[in-house]
Amino acid sequence: MTTLSFSIPRPTHPTGVWAWITTIDHKRIGILYGVTAFIMFLIGGVEALLMRTQLTTSGLDIVSPEIFNQLFTMHGTTMIFLAIMPMGAAFFNFVIPLQIGARDVAFPRLNAFSYWTFLAGAIVLNLSWFMGGAPNAGWFGYSPITGETYNPGHGIDFWIVSLQILGIASLAAAFNFIVTIINMRAPGMTLDRMPLFTWMTFVTSFLLILAFPVITVALIELMFDRFYGTNFFFPAAGGNPVLWQHLFWVFGHPEVYILILPAMGIISEILPTFSRKPLFGYPVVVLSGIIIGFMGWMVWSHHMFTVGLGPIANSVFTITTMAIAVPTGVKIFNWLGTMWKGSISFPTPMLFALGFIVTFTIGGISGVMHSQAASDAQQQDTYFIIAHIHYVLFGGSIFALLAGVYYWFPKITGRMYDEALGKLSFWLTFIAFNITFFPMHFTGLDGMPRRIYSYDAVFGWDFWNMISTGGSFMLAGGILIFTINIVRGWTSGRKASGDPWDARTLEWSIASPPPEYNFEEIPTVHDRDDWWARKRKRVAEPVPVGGGSDEAEHSIHLPQPSYWPIVVSIGLLIGGYGLIYSIALAAIGGAISLFAIYAWSFEPVNDPEEDSGH
Amino acid sequence: MAEVSAAAHGPEHEPTTTGLNHRKMLMWAFLGSDCMFFGSLIATYLVYKGKSLRGPEPLDVFSIPITSVSTFVLLMSSMSMVLAYAALTRGSLNGFRIWIASTAIMGMTFIGFQVFEFRDFAIHEAKIECADQAAIDEISPRLSSTQLNDLTDQCASGVAEAEIDFGVTPRTNLFGTTFFTLTGFHGAHVTLGVVWLLSLFFFSFKRGGVTPERNLDVDLAALYWHFVDVVWIIIFTVVYLFGVFEGF
Repeated sequence: MTTLSFSIPRPTHPTGVWAWITTIDHKRIGILYGVTAFIMFLIGGVEALLMRTQLTTSGLDIVSPEIFNQLFTMHGTTMIFLAIMPMGAAFFNFVIPLQIGARDVAFPRLNAFSYWTFLAGAIVLNLSWFMGGAPNAGWFGYSPITGETYNPGHGIDFWIVSLQILGIASLAAAFNFIVTIINMRAPGMTLDRMPLFTWMTFVTSFLLILAFPVITVALIELMFDRFYGTNFFFPAAGGNPVLWQHLFWVFGHPEVYILILPAMGIISEILPTFSRKPLFGYPVVVLSGIIIGFMGWMVWSHHMFTVGLGPIANSVFTITTMAIAVPTGVKIFNWLGTMWKGSISFPTPMLFALGFIVTFTIGGISGVMHSQAASDAQQQDTYFIIAHIHYVLFGGSIFALLAGVYYWFPKITGRMYDEALGKLSFWLTFIAFNITFFPMHFTGLDGMPRRIYSYDAVFGWDFWNMISTGGSFMLAGGILIFTINIVRGWTSGRKASGDPWDARTLEWSIASPPPEYNFEEIPTVHDRDDWWARKRKRVAEPVPVGGGSDEAEHSIHLPQPSYWPIVVSIGLLIGGYGLIYSIALAAIGGAISLFAIYAWSFEPVNDPEEDSGH
Repeated sequence: MAEVSAAAHGPEHEPTTTGLNHRKMLMWAFLGSDCMFFGSLIATYLVYKGKSLRGPEPLDVFSIPITSVSTFVLLMSSMSMVLAYAALTRGSLNGFRIWIASTAIMGMTFIGFQVFEFRDFAIHEAKIECADQAAIDEISPRLSSTQLNDLTDQCASGVAEAEIDFGVTPRTNLFGTTFFTLTGFHGAHVTLGVVWLLSLFFFSFKRGGVTPERNLDVDLAALYWHFVDVVWIIIFTVVYLFGVFEGF
């Protein structure tokens, strides 16, 4: 096989920093994703606490209005693009190959590239704090506030460039998981035997590859307006700012399901495990997920009811929005049906899963309230919307992700977290969450607008705001306990067995943490919940647990680590920064990426010389 | 569905659940994603069609005969791409080189036409007979104040036919903004394709670089190339043809 004349020897570090930098092991990449996303989640949380402190009572002046604008923009952007999405990606990475019985993803180097590019995007976005001010136009960056006229600084430029880089990362990951899930399932793992989390990842990946190009185009148009003086959103030349809203929400609404479908997948894994029953109505739950994926494209204008699109558009989008509540409700009833007459136990993951059902249902109900265009006109841009979005994204996505962290923690680390501390973190988080966000329904219906940095005492919003702020600090306490529990468990928790929950899917059939090659022998799947069935039926086929034959172990060819994915991402980082400040730097970044892409494509997946001896 | 079929795709391919190659599936997923990319750009173009507050409009600058030639060249390049793949599969490395080089050259020809066209649009001039009041009335509302003064001055100086700058750039009006963005990104796709084709061409001179057993490398480039062609057919129809013929 050919190697390039300029090729650098393959990295061979088994441990240490270089091993992590050059890794293409899906499990390590999953951990990198998870840890980075959690740090971003903490940063976004600090931004939220600053805002809550400022809003404690009327007339405070702790942060200036300028900083406040930057805080809510960065809070939203960080939580959605740098915390929830990559935390989902962390689970895709760690869990999917294990659930479908594969040794890795279809494109291991592309997978490493996704992570490093995500990190590059996160760095670019947060650099803005130190480069003259963060973006300040809200997480959906409505035109014309983002235009050069009203926003001459570089904040918006950082926002545009970082979202483009993050888009590349998400697209690469989504392509990878589509191919992995279609093409790398173990023998016998037909589509109707696929675990729910794998199914929801599959649907999410399709949403990603179809939704992200739309925001890419919207951002390109905005970037051209700002950099080159084009007229896309420039009303004086006939440009229409409402076009931005359409493009943004055509992406933005599927994006909401990109955030929630993986969460639903996690819940659908946890409930059957701790109810010791198969998922109730498996085909219906899968189908509901697919229908949500389709219908997610038909509802975007419900974010724009007050724009004045006219009664016909508003009525149509009212109806489609109400309709999308149906498959969501179906899922909730199926989860309840799963627990019905089950033999239920309540360790921490189960508590978070139950908390998810409660809070997500409340968020869903307030969502149906403003699916009514007439009712939404009252709620638009008030704290009622803030309450809704946090009930579905914190009470929904984050609760499910925390449930997932506790659930797969023994598998990922090979150790157990502290159950008492885990339960404490759940109750504190759950109660504090409701204290923080439930009052926002009241302040919102009382007319308190979102994105204001201060308010007057005459409105009478002081009381509920004080409650919210108190709750938010309790919530931070809950997250702190969670963090302590995870760190302590990881470093000094007691050893976990391969299957501590008596669970159902294939990832629990191997050791904790899984060996680098995952499965000594690729399993043959005979049932839905195959591992559960294997444990119960005691099938004649021997279950390989450790100590496989030497021959089998030696014939496993794993893809080798590579330098190139991170080099391409570094090129994107430099190039992205260059786009904002200097074209020369952008060209250098582009050249680095291009060179690395060539080196990458000429690098064989497995170096035959390294592999010799087998 | 989940039967493992390995042998059919040659020794270098791992067995996959569906029997389809990983990279080919990735390429199809990418093209699906790219459809949304061009779809959004075309939608933007259509939303702003006829909404420019000043000229020029498509009718003022387009030259359908010239663009038809470049369109024809691009379509023919798809054919030579098919022939390149067929030659490689047959085992004729020289045939492959000839046809892939032709494809790249036709791609470059298309880019050349596009560069010419962009420049031509930017420096476009309108000729107006000063005696023809109807023509002056038609064009006046679509001119900027500078252009209008220019027209008045020239006609006042007594020339029979005034020549004024009537070029379009991305900054001129909504037509320029949307047209150059849409066709520019298509041009960037073609350029990337040319780089890819040339890479394959040069790599084929390395021993074992391009072989009939590994014709998938060429197959993927071909898929991309045909896709870019199809997108151009849509752009040519929607932007150029609908732009100049009445009734669309």
